Amino acid sequence: MKRTTALATALTLGAALPAFAADCTIKVGVLHSLSGTMAISETTLKDTMEMLVEQQNASGGVIGCDLEAIVVDPASDWPLFAEKARELLTVHEVDVIFGNWTSVSRKSVLPVIEELNGLLFYPVQYEGEESSKNVFYTGAAPNQQAIPATDYFLDELGIEKFALLGTDYVYPRTTNNILEAYLQEKGIAEEDIFVNYTPFGHSDWSKIVSDVVALGADGKKVGVISTINGDANIGFYKELAAAGISADDIPVVAFSVGEEELSGLDTSNLVGHLAAWNYFQSAETDANAEWIEAWKARMGEERVTNDPMEAHYIGFNMWVNAVTAAGSAEVDAVRTAMYGQEFPNLTGGTAVMLPNHHLAKPVLIGEITEDGQFDIISQTEEVPGDAWTDFLPESAKLVSDWKELGCGMYNTETKTCVQTLSNY
Amino acid sequence: MKFMFLAMLAALFMTSFASAQATSVQEVLQSQRELIEKSSRRTIGPAIDAISESGLPQMQTVLEAWQSKNMWQRKEDGLFFLGAKNEDGTYALSDFEDGAAVGDFEKKALKQLKPNSGIRAMIATALVQFQLSDPDPRKRAEALSSISRDPEAALLAPLRASIDGEKHTVIKARKVRLERLMTMAYDENITARVAAIDEMAGDLGVDFRATLNPILTTTAVFSEADETPDANIARELIPGDEALSRVAAYDRLVAAELAPTLITKDMRDAALEANIDGGRVGSWPVAQLSTEGARDEAYDALVAEGLADPRVTEDDVSESLAAYRFYEAYTEPSVDVTTAAKAALAKSEARVAVSQAADLGLDALSLASIYFLAAIGLAITFGVMGVINMAHGEFIMMGAYTGYVVQLFIPNHTASILVAVPLAFAVTFAAGVLLERLVIRWLYHRPLETLLATFGVSIALQQLAKNIFGTQARPLTAPSWLDGAWMINDVVSISYIRIAIFILALIFLALFLFIMKRTRLGLETRAVTQNPRMAASMGINPDRVNMLTFGLGSGIAGIAGVAIGLFAKVTSEMGGDYIVQSFMTVVVGGVGNIWGTLAGAAMIGGFQKGVEWLNPSNTLAAQTYMIIFIIIFIQFRPRGIIALKGRAAGD
Amino acid sequence: MERSFIARNPSVLVFLAILALFTLVVTVFAEGFGVGLISTSFVKTLGKTLCLCLIAVAMDLIWGYAGILSLGHFAFFGLGGYMVGMWLMYERTKQIVESSLSEGILPPTPEEIEAAIGNQIFGVVGSNEFPVIWAFADSFVLQMAFVVLVPGLLALVFGWLAFRSRVTGVYLSILTQAMTLGLSLYLFQNASGLRGNNGLSGLQNLPGVTAPQSVVSLWFFWASALALGVGYLLVAWVVSGKFGSVIRGIRDNEARVRFLGYSVESYKLAVFTLTACIAGIAGALYYPQAGIINPAEVAPIASIYLAVWVAIGGRGRLYGAVIGTAFVSLVSSWFTGGQAPNVNLGFYTIKWVDWWLILLGLSFVLVTLYAPKGMGGLVDLITRKKGSDI
Repeated sequence: MKRTTALATALTLGAALPAFAADCTIKVGVLHSLSGTMAISETTLKDTMEMLVEQQNASGGVIGCDLEAIVVDPASDWPLFAEKARELLTVHEVDVIFGNWTSVSRKSVLPVIEELNGLLFYPVQYEGEESSKNVFYTGAAPNQQAIPATDYFLDELGIEKFALLGTDYVYPRTTNNILEAYLQEKGIAEEDIFVNYTPFGHSDWSKIVSDVVALGADGKKVGVISTINGDANIGFYKELAAAGISADDIPVVAFSVGEEELSGLDTSNLVGHLAAWNYFQSAETDANAEWIEAWKARMGEERVTNDPMEAHYIGFNMWVNAVTAAGSAEVDAVRTAMYGQEFPNLTGGTAVMLPNHHLAKPVLIGEITEDGQFDIISQTEEVPGDAWTDFLPESAKLVSDWKELGCGMYNTETKTCVQTLSNY
Repeated sequence: MKFMFLAMLAALFMTSFASAQATSVQEVLQSQRELIEKSSRRTIGPAIDAISESGLPQMQTVLEAWQSKNMWQRKEDGLFFLGAKNEDGTYALSDFEDGAAVGDFEKKALKQLKPNSGIRAMIATALVQFQLSDPDPRKRAEALSSISRDPEAALLAPLRASIDGEKHTVIKARKVRLERLMTMAYDENITARVAAIDEMAGDLGVDFRATLNPILTTTAVFSEADETPDANIARELIPGDEALSRVAAYDRLVAAELAPTLITKDMRDAALEANIDGGRVGSWPVAQLSTEGARDEAYDALVAEGLADPRVTEDDVSESLAAYRFYEAYTEPSVDVTTAAKAALAKSEARVAVSQAADLGLDALSLASIYFLAAIGLAITFGVMGVINMAHGEFIMMGAYTGYVVQLFIPNHTASILVAVPLAFAVTFAAGVLLERLVIRWLYHRPLETLLATFGVSIALQQLAKNIFGTQARPLTAPSWLDGAWMINDVVSISYIRIAIFILALIFLALFLFIMKRTRLGLETRAVTQNPRMAASMGINPDRVNMLTFGLGSGIAGIAGVAIGLFAKVTSEMGGDYIVQSFMTVVVGGVGNIWGTLAGAAMIGGFQKGVEWLNPSNTLAAQTYMIIFIIIFIQFRPRGIIALKGRAAGD
Repeated sequence: MERSFIARNPSVLVFLAILALFTLVVTVFAEGFGVGLISTSFVKTLGKTLCLCLIAVAMDLIWGYAGILSLGHFAFFGLGGYMVGMWLMYERTKQIVESSLSEGILPPTPEEIEAAIGNQIFGVVGSNEFPVIWAFADSFVLQMAFVVLVPGLLALVFGWLAFRSRVTGVYLSILTQAMTLGLSLYLFQNASGLRGNNGLSGLQNLPGVTAPQSVVSLWFFWASALALGVGYLLVAWVVSGKFGSVIRGIRDNEARVRFLGYSVESYKLAVFTLTACIAGIAGALYYPQAGIINPAEVAPIASIYLAVWVAIGGRGRLYGAVIGTAFVSLVSSWFTGGQAPNVNLGFYTIKWVDWWLILLGLSFVLVTLYAPKGMGGLVDLITRKKGSDI
């Protein structure tokens, strides 16, 4: 089916434009795990990319050329990510890669992409503290998710005491470090911040939940900021519900729980708990309705859309526009054309690609509803993504500007470029 | 907020007058339209005030509709209505004024007002005065919850007024307790406050401690050495103590501009950089300033020339600190109240500590029962038969998925669990028998190879589950009577689902003992285990016994899977989470003895909770130390806690 | 001695010859040499496979010859990788930091450089203090020594404890599994000082080396081939002598060897430690080719796969371990890499990505049940002789 569509498109194009089409296929690498632990999240993104490429080909390709998606499977194996990236760039000679989910897989790929001057679009919220010349970060930086959510806790919910619960890996660690610094700056005392790290897939949450309840003993309103990853959320929310903690008593805002994760849960006891993202399926715009319809028509009625999918949607379309603007898919030309690219978000407003390779995107906060979706209760203006957080002393003095300064790690104090390759 | 409530109370009394001059609900709402649309807790106050102060009879309805996200705004004219969803997806609007239907509208033509939970809490507070005496006991309970979430002085009077008329005993008890707590915090009469505190001293409730702790909050103050500050002093702090380091104390003086700032390394380097002149700082060439010592000396040279601020020496710091005294002062001005609160809290703390230990004990017990449940099947296959079954975890997974599939067909959760448990047993029993017949029976004399072969089965089963059910976690929902937790008090509680697992573990223990000691199968199993040839010559069919025993162990794993799925998650990888732990449990306990498995589970569960208690911020560490502990433990008791003696202990 | 050893074991010579030929062919056709028939990423894959073959040889020594089924040898492999990774990371970061700091107004002090390196390496995981275990990361010689010493020491301590208490058979297997699980959990913690889940990355970039990866990958390929050759020779020599006879005796009947007066524990400990050291070297060569090492690498599953490779290849013969490892890991990456064509059955399409693991699992069961000699057994069929040890 897929093949026939592509074939048909190629034939039509071939008939219409005999001069092009024959020899100018632009290859789009898709580097998402299709097996192993991350397949759960990443397969969806692979399907998203295939859908986007097909849609683009159906509407005439880019600069008269057809796109071809080259899919490889790094199997949730971090070293394999580097190997597959090299294979994509040297064997398949792709012009752009859309891929990765976990930070560690991105760090694994970075040296290869930089060595071979590839181009990677990374679609997932991450911990920041990085800016590579060869990577465009279409997911949220901490200031586009964690900081606004914390502000919401402070301003809208009046939280005075924070429990930062996370899975023990780099994203929660760094995010919580940033948040600790941020909260202290906002006048929250160090002893009012409780931090806990649990292993991946943790299931025994009773002690941690009772620790959180006990935080309320000094009369301050307690809120939980959760960077708990993946499956572990299921046990956590089940324990929360069992302990009878309503969102009115102790609200939980999660940064890694989206529509996909909720589909493994009965959400009736979780109504009112929160999540912060740049996209929710429930956003009411025409573009989003169209997107969801196309997705469900392709993948099945019960499938949901989520934030990283939107990131790929924006990233891919920006890349297409940049290729069109540059008139070629050559990496350096495309990169230069990427700066300032604008594309409408699915949630309304316009995303802009900044010279630090991050997007300006609105931040949404949603409350979990009975049907496993999110009710959007707050939507900010577009927030420009910040590669280096302003709340940790060491990175506050760093900026990234590939357009003017040509440096992703520029020290504003010494006015020097720390390094042009990224820190991996 | 406080003003709001005073105003509101005033408005209450004036209701009769107000209604005479009342405008319409829509007018009130329209006058606050901007704030309502903005919908931020910080700015919404006046809007809520305006609605509740309007004195209109409909305002309770309006606030309740707003709170439950049932208030809609018509986009064309910005008017607010009560909305309800029709079956065809349109919304039926009705007027707040008289409830008259306005018509059906497409969702696109409307905007739903979605107050966030902060605003909802404020609306709830505004509604409290109506709801405290509401005929519906649920609303009265809600009102109490919202007071206890955001207690405010102004709510004390209406709460007191509502106690006498309360008929519902549970709600009355809550009202009385809440009244006591609010008296402690807000009563104007100091004696009444102290009396309330003394009365409840030693109470375990989080709410009680949450009331007292804010009374005991302190701020840091200091005064000149020969003066005493005019405050309710909690204690004096000596700089250099644990509570107040010298640096911190000095920083306070610096912040109050009573002492010069310490020269930091950054300031030193900045001064050096500022004084570079022709590649030299004073007499120092810049290139030589590559050690701390050189930079210090260069800086001192600058100070000597008067080009930089002199350093603050340790002596200077001591001198400055000696001129002041540092205190912690209570924000609560009344000494009587703070003294009483401190005493009452101390009394509570002791009891809380005991309760916390009990809670930890319960957690440990629960974890132990989960480990036991996961391991009991292994205790049979590995412990009794000596067969290493690496696919044991996958049998647990199969049981959990069976539960999930049953729930797809039987939506009633209670019925589905009742069906799922025997079905899970049947499915995994069959799988176990199949595995034994096809693989394990050929390898009884090669235990290491059994390990590897069953591992092959394990990866195949895991992948098969992925292919069938996908990698996404699947929901397995407990029946609603297992929702919630048994709250012994505010500190000690355990969820019903964990209690159910505990009971299930006990049932299995009894079942195991019964089968092994009281049934023919148990007798035959023990006989075959001890001496297969002898057993065979006594007319026992070892093949059949092995098959059944292995099936039994696998079947129990399946039931454990249902239980584990109920409290945690159902994924294709869940088996892997329990397999190593289960083997540890059996090995640590002592192979071949069910009491050993029980002791092993108790020890591992207890140890893990103990480490978690010592290091609450890192659960991963607890697991790491547990593994290390087990490794070391096995070195000293290689046969486990309860070691078999005699021939049965042979390899 | 050496001559007679080779003479007694012609298969060693055959193996070394094939390995040398293979190395030569790969080199000639590699991208780094200008031909480009074999891509750089494939050279890396082959180099890594050689390292895996080396640890498989070690595994064969301890399992196939000494009868100890260790399910924890990837712990040693990972430790070797971590040791080399620490130096690579420290040195590379140091060069970056020094060149960046020297552009400042004041020349950097050693303390500033140290702090900046710490911030560069650990800033990613939200800390900037240098953990104690990095104390010698700046010394190439010491870190290289650690590649052997650290795994060796861990094996020595663990083995001494385990063998002393006479933990044998499946108990020992489970205990070694617990060891590698414990190590992986420990490394997962950020507090371990080895960057937690992120591990050490960018290891393919050698500090101070400007040669392109196509050339560097060949260096590592050669080094891996050399290590495999030397390791194979060493292990073959070990098992061919008296020592080899004793450990085989232990495998077949431990009690009888003990009654003959041999210190069974010392022999086991020696084999366990030796194989751990070999595993450490294999890991040290593997991870600079992989580019990243993180705790998932030492998870118990990796060591179990190691046993699978050796079993499929055929235990108790060294070339069997090599064949099994090379075959299974290369076929594995072919099937999971998406290159294998899907099989359309009309009603269902078999995607190898989904079905490969099931195939592997089942073939493993079949090999255990019906072909305990593994693929090495095929060689017997060809050479028409009964299974020999080498």
